Amino acid sequence: MDDLVGMTAEPLDPARVAALVAAVGGTDGAHGAVVTFLGTVRAENAGRRVRHLDYEAFEPLALRTFRLILDEATERWPAVRMGLRHRTGRLQPGEASVVIAAASPHRADAFAACRYAIERVKQIAPIWKREFFEGGDVWIEGATTDPHDRAAREQAYRRACV
Amino acid sequence: MRVTIRLFARLRDLVGAGELACDVPAGARVSDVWRSLAERHPGVAPHASSVSAAINADFARMDAPVADGDEVAFLPPVSGG
Repeated sequence: MDDLVGMTAEPLDPARVAALVAAVGGTDGAHGAVVTFLGTVRAENAGRRVRHLDYEAFEPLALRTFRLILDEATERWPAVRMGLRHRTGRLQPGEASVVIAAASPHRADAFAACRYAIERVKQIAPIWKREFFEGGDVWIEGATTDPHDRAAREQAYRRACV
Repeated sequence: MRVTIRLFARLRDLVGAGELACDVPAGARVSDVWRSLAERHPGVAPHASSVSAAINADFARMDAPVADGDEVAFLPPVSGG
């Protein structure tokens, strides 16, 4: 069960995460859809040519945050079963940094739950990336993490349901 | 009492260490630990408004009380995914 959330320095295996969530609750056809989201390293960012990204995480809190995010998602979409794994260390353009899989009886919930989870990862997961580009490097800083910020959670929900 | 400060990403670079000990008086809160850090390392001070905190790997408010032996983490704005 705990393989459903994880942090790893090894390459991500989206097929394995998808198979794990599809098997939750049995493999007897309970799910009509399995949606897999893969976040990958872009070779271009803000006009810069990206050489690689270094990801670091506060791992124990990140794992706790992943479980919180999946709990939030299943609160909204109770029939969905989910997995979420993130990569750390040095990633080259094209490599996957995060995989989220959602299995559900119907595709709409699986798509929405996946979208919700990636929005929440970007809002609150204690993970940071340093971008090394041609000519320098920079810490990328997005949202100030606050898991109790209801407005942020509502924004993620709206994006998921567009 | 003594707490351990954990720093990540830009904050760690500014201080030059990912972990350091910090002595604070009994009854101190997370904000007091931050203030102590900013006094020793003024470079972090401008980041006060965007920093989040955790006590013993659980999210905490800046006004949360800390106890002897706690690990207090300061988190700059996140960029996972």
